[in-house]
This record gives sequence, C-alpha cells and structure tokens, in this order.
Amino acid sequence: MRPIHYLRCLAGIVTREGLRFLNQRGRFFSALVRPLVWLAIFATGFQFVLGVSIIPPYQTYIPYSVYIAPGLIAMIDMFNGMLSSLSMVYDREMGSMRILMVSPLPRWFLLTAKLLAGVIVSVVQSYGFLAIARLWDIAPPWYGYITVLPALVLAGLMLGALGLLLSSAIRQLENFASVMNFVIFPMFFASSALYPLWRVKEASLWLYYVCLANPFTHAVELIRFALYGSVEPNSAAVLVAATAVFLTLAVYGYDPAKGLMARRVAD
Amino acid sequence: MSDAAPAFSVQGLGHRFGSRRVLKDVGFEIAAGDFTVLLGLNGAGKTTLFSLATRLYAQAEGTIRVFGIDIRANPSDCLRQIGVVFQQPTLDLDLSVEQNLYYHAALHGLSHRQAKARIDAEIPRLGLADRLHDKVRRLSGGQRRRVEIARALLHQPRLLLLDEPTVGLDIESRQFLLDHVRGLCREEDIAALWATHLIDEVGEGARVVVLHKGEVLAAGSAVQVLGDNRPAAMRAAFEALVREADTA
Repeated sequence: MRPIHYLRCLAGIVTREGLRFLNQRGRFFSALVRPLVWLAIFATGFQFVLGVSIIPPYQTYIPYSVYIAPGLIAMIDMFNGMLSSLSMVYDREMGSMRILMVSPLPRWFLLTAKLLAGVIVSVVQSYGFLAIARLWDIAPPWYGYITVLPALVLAGLMLGALGLLLSSAIRQLENFASVMNFVIFPMFFASSALYPLWRVKEASLWLYYVCLANPFTHAVELIRFALYGSVEPNSAAVLVAATAVFLTLAVYGYDPAKGLMARRVAD
Repeated sequence: MSDAAPAFSVQGLGHRFGSRRVLKDVGFEIAAGDFTVLLGLNGAGKTTLFSLATRLYAQAEGTIRVFGIDIRANPSDCLRQIGVVFQQPTLDLDLSVEQNLYYHAALHGLSHRQAKARIDAEIPRLGLADRLHDKVRRLSGGQRRRVEIARALLHQPRLLLLDEPTVGLDIESRQFLLDHVRGLCREEDIAALWATHLIDEVGEGARVVVLHKGEVLAAGSAVQVLGDNRPAAMRAAFEALVREADTA
C-alpha cells in the first residue's frame, strides 16, 4: 500500500462522513440550536448574576455572552466527538464497522481517518455557530476567525479521540445515555466554559483543581485565546498530550488481539 | 505470493470465547476457482471462522493462509485478496448504492476512476444498473445482497468469503446469488467459501466442508462427503454425520 492509497482511503472516509452529515439535517440544526439556546437564554439570564472582570485575552469588560462563546464552540466539538463515537457503536451493532475494519490499510490509520473526518464536520459547525453568534454581538476581530482554526482542529481531535476511546469501550448503544451523564455533563460543568477559573478557585479549591485537570477546560481556553489571535501554550500542550493518550488507547481498544474487542467477544 | 499455493488454507485453527471452545483444530483448503460450501448448523462456528479470516478477531491457535500468505504475519496483503459478504447486512442505508460502492473502493485505495470502471463492470451483471442512485434503504433484501456482492468484488479479490449470504431471501434471489458466485468461480477463477446451513445450496460440483460444534467432520467433493448430490440424499447423509458426531 503506497501513500496514494492512504490518501484515497482518507478522502473516502471524509466523504462518507460528510454525506452522512448532509443527510442528517436534524443533526446539523440540533448541533447549532444547542449552543444558541445557551447563548440566547442562559447567557442573557445570567449576565447580571455572574460578573466577569477583565481577564486575558479580553482587554475590556465583556458581556457574559462573549465569555461563554468559546465554551459553547467547545461544546459543539464535544457533542460531535460523542456523536461520532455513538455512530461507531451504531456501526458496530449494524455491521458497517466490519467493512471499515476489513480494509487492508492499518487499523490505526482507519481510526485516525475516521477521527479527522469527524473533526472536519466539527469545524464546519463551529464556523456556522460563530456566524450566527454575531447576532448576539459575539464579534471577535476578523483575524480571530483564521487564528481560531488550529484551535478548533486541536480541540476537535482531542474530543473526537475521547469519543473513539469511549466507543471502543461501550458495549451497546443503550449505554450511551451514561456517557451523557458521566462524561459530557461533568466535563462541561467542571471547566472554564461557563465561569472563569479564578471564580471557581474562590468558591472551591478542589473544584478548581478538577477544572484545571479537565482537558475540556484547555479546549475552551485554547479556543478563547485563539479567537483573539493569541496562543495559550499550556492548553495546546495538554490537548496534544490528551489526544495522543486517547487515540493510542482507542487503537489499542480496537486491536482484535489485545483490547476490548477481544474481551468483548469473550464475554 | 505463490500461485501454486491454495487460495485459502486453514490449519489447526482453534478459538475460544472465554472458557467456551468454538473452533477446534479446524483444517481445510480451497483451490483457486473452487466453489466450496462450508456447511454447518447454526452455532457450528462458521461466523467465528469468517471473523478470524478477516481479522475481526485475533487468531491465537493455528494458521490461516491466503494464497500462501499468513494472515497474522501480513494481514494487509491477505485482506487485499479477500472480498467479504458478511451475514449481517453492512451497507449504509442512508447512502445511495453508488456512494456505498465508492466508499468501499476508497477503503481499498482505489482511485475514483478505477472505482467507476469497476462499478460499471459489476453493477450491470447484477441487474442493478437502474438502482445505482437510489438510497439503499429503498432496495429489497435481495437487491441489497447483490450490492454487497458487487461491493465485495470491486477491488478484484481472488478469494470471496460469503457468510450465509442468502439468509432471509426468497428462492429466486437465492438462486440468482448462487448462480452468480458459481459463475465467478468458473469463469474468473475466483475461489469462494460459501457458508450455509441450507443443504440445497451445495449443488453439483461443489466442494463441501462440514463444520459441526467447531470441528470439521468431513471435507471433499459433495459426492465424497455426502455420498450423493441430490438434496434429499445429501440432507440425510448430513444429518447422519451430525448424529454420529453427537453420539461419539
């Protein structure tokens, strides 16, 4: 197998993911509506409850809606990562996963290609959200729309890799509800998406450390800084490391000889 | 890769799910151009054998070779030679027939042009030329199976593995698939392993491997194994083989 075969395979997986996304218009709208509901209702209701002082990267006092916008973009990435994980579990139950797995290309490549395809869908949705969010005066500088791209990709990779890892561990589709309860909600609330970390620190020191250790916090912060043209190197490093760990474990999980695939059939 | 080597050979193959042994010392060979029926009741271990041959399960005991290549040592070269039709439907229902086929072609590294040429060659033979742009969801069970066979042939494999491909199909669709695959063996020298529990799918000139409770009871031509090639006589011979194994 030569590099061109790898490229064709990647293009095929990305095209399929894109077609599935276009076919499921409901998925696109719900992915947009969810953060918009937070922006239009939650942020409006809370703007007088939660004061946000001047913190980097912002140079002035900002409305609460501006503060939570990066967290809502990361939320889009997280839901996409989990949805792609859900679709892997669905594919496995429905059998179409077998077609992916009998490709002669190495399994690590197939899973990485699947991950990249999901990230592309996430990025498109994030830009869709950013465009609509202008109606709520979420207006980063023009260059922010360019500098945020690598942050969106990195955050998408980390959350997608987490989704892949979960999909290798989830036995049945029904168990997906617990992913909502035990992964999505805790990761979202124990992060800097809705409140700045200095506020969390004032309220509870242990929660502050939990938030700091949460890779989702770093996804939010990387996107927040990138929207204003700056880089948050610690967050970038955490995301790279977390992506590597999650993806390695997912590839292990899908290895027929070692991981959970072997153990699952043994049960 | 050696052309003199059998298309598919299994030696001493065993597999366990936990403490339950589902395959034990399984061994047989298929030559290029052979149509071989893997005959066994439900639970005989047919699907496990297919899962091992396609690397969905890791193989711990024995060897599987495809045209002389050990699948464990070189899975990529083996998988390139294999076309698979799984027992469970594996098409994406929300994509069109054509989109499903292009996806599979890409997974095997085919370019768009190569894929189009292969689709144009396979789809009319299976009578699906006018359904190419339809969503798979709108196709009947028999048509979906035909798409799966076309898909399995896109990358021009020399070995076709079909796991109970006729389950749930009417008599006409079953016969169509059987005739098509037997034609491929005869005319294109493709080796096929056709798993089934339906004895009347054995047909004339086929080779038979009888698998029961994870063990090969007999292997050879239909006449050698079942003493006859008429369905009623074959069924009686098969039942006798199974009974004998159960009482042994």
